[in-house]
Amino acid sequence: MQFGIFTVGDVTPDPTTGRTPTERERIKAMVAIALKAEEVGLDVFATGEHHNPPFVPSSPTTMLGYIAARTENLILSTSTTLITTNDPVKIAEDYAMLQHLADGRVDLMMGRGNTGPVYPWFGKDIREGINLAVENYALLRRLWDEDVVDWEGKFRTPLQGFTSTPRPLDGVPPFVWHGSIRSPEIAEQAAYYGDGFFHNNIFWPADHTKRMVEFYRKRYAHYGHGTPEQAVVGLGGQVFMRKNSQDAVREFRPYFDNAPVYGHGPSLEDFTDQTPLTVGSPQQVIEKTLSFREYAGDYQRQLFLMDHAGLPLKTVLEQLDMLGEEVVPVLRKEFANGRPAGVPEAPTHQSLLAAARKENVA
Amino acid sequence: MKLVVVSAGLSVPSSTRLLADRLAAAVDRHTPVDVQVVELRDLAVEIAHNFTNGFAGRALAAAQDAVAGADGLIVVTPVFSASYSGLFKSFFDVLDKDALAGKPVLIAATGGTGRHSLVLEHALRPLFAYLRAVVVPTGVYAASEDWGAEGLAERIERAAGELAVLMPLATGRDEADVVPFAEQLAALRR
Repeated sequence: MQFGIFTVGDVTPDPTTGRTPTERERIKAMVAIALKAEEVGLDVFATGEHHNPPFVPSSPTTMLGYIAARTENLILSTSTTLITTNDPVKIAEDYAMLQHLADGRVDLMMGRGNTGPVYPWFGKDIREGINLAVENYALLRRLWDEDVVDWEGKFRTPLQGFTSTPRPLDGVPPFVWHGSIRSPEIAEQAAYYGDGFFHNNIFWPADHTKRMVEFYRKRYAHYGHGTPEQAVVGLGGQVFMRKNSQDAVREFRPYFDNAPVYGHGPSLEDFTDQTPLTVGSPQQVIEKTLSFREYAGDYQRQLFLMDHAGLPLKTVLEQLDMLGEEVVPVLRKEFANGRPAGVPEAPTHQSLLAAARKENVA
Repeated sequence: MKLVVVSAGLSVPSSTRLLADRLAAAVDRHTPVDVQVVELRDLAVEIAHNFTNGFAGRALAAAQDAVAGADGLIVVTPVFSASYSGLFKSFFDVLDKDALAGKPVLIAATGGTGRHSLVLEHALRPLFAYLRAVVVPTGVYAASEDWGAEGLAERIERAAGELAVLMPLATGRDEADVVPFAEQLAALRR
């Protein structure tokens, strides 16, 4: 099982000091956080993609390429790549390029984006959101899977004799996850291709996550990729830890109460009760995270949101130390316990390459 | 058949709830129904949190499921500032936008004076038309003076009869109705 972190890349004032980091500070902090993730033994770093303030990561492959040069083992991913408003040709090129630079340590998560005006800013119609995701991804697959593509569709200028360069590393495109919170159409799309499905459950109650994941697993089996238990599932998580849980609650509360997403809404207690958020000791984080598989089944990737709501870099790095030293080693062991033999690991470049070679021999 | 009554009355006892109960009893006389009452007052905090969180708390989610699964609805609001109450509107704002499609709905309202009776026609009926509900022709408005006058019982009876006729015809929607992917893709190539 893979463990990692995902970041939104928000520039948010620290509510305890009123200080807002500069964009440069925030971008550098994201890099420092990624390097820390590698240092403490996490597997994945994923960045969001946004095209409006207060978010900085508009250019994920620039950032991931830089991080790739400074890491050895970390898988670089996205959360999410906008399959609706980006040109699929540019996605095919950018991420193949990143694959070569990062020696295959790349996968990506497709998403539609949740900021209405981004669609018109990029010349798209939000009412076509699902259709854009469907058509653009179908083209992206062909650009990676076929050397020369003739293509015509509804949303993009046609292609005649087009070759996307560089070709995917070793002829193996990056593994793709499809992220969705509410749209079964996206779970259906992930199932159709046998791709991964990431349910970003961090603001949602367990029964909703359960419904979405079950639907994806059922459809994955329907399309003949394996049993429902073999489908490739990722989940989010959100934690704040201190050795003593009271200290964690006391320190995190002002960040929770003023957070851009849920601030000035529910109480910290209600929110931790109803969603994956855990504020407490490392042991509490372990227990809550292990409970995810009770409703999502044995899964492949767990990403934690650690750096948001104005938390200072120093605090985030301390959190990552605890996550890597005290939480993830226990989670690796416990999740492996009782995991049925048929449940696969998340695909990596090496595993996809090995599978492709086997297929060629056969 | 399942009849769900949504009452936005705030006081206890409330004349809004009184009207709601009279309407539900009248429907039951026309056709036997299982009645479930959703008191929005009890859900007010969860409704507010639904706006800030994006998801429904447990009690609100149960009420939403009841509404979505009903064969018919009676909705009753007090008149506030010449319209339905904010709490009443908020409940329908956080309901799934397709939850009421094809569902028979009886609209009713209470107020201090009869001068607001057209609130049924200029506020409630358009709201439920937008939600693609089937609104019965007779809406019932009860001003304070109606509780001591003739006519209210007849209007309740007429509206309840209309709802009872429509309830067996309610067209539910299929859960998890997702277009198979190949069809979705093919539709774009046409």
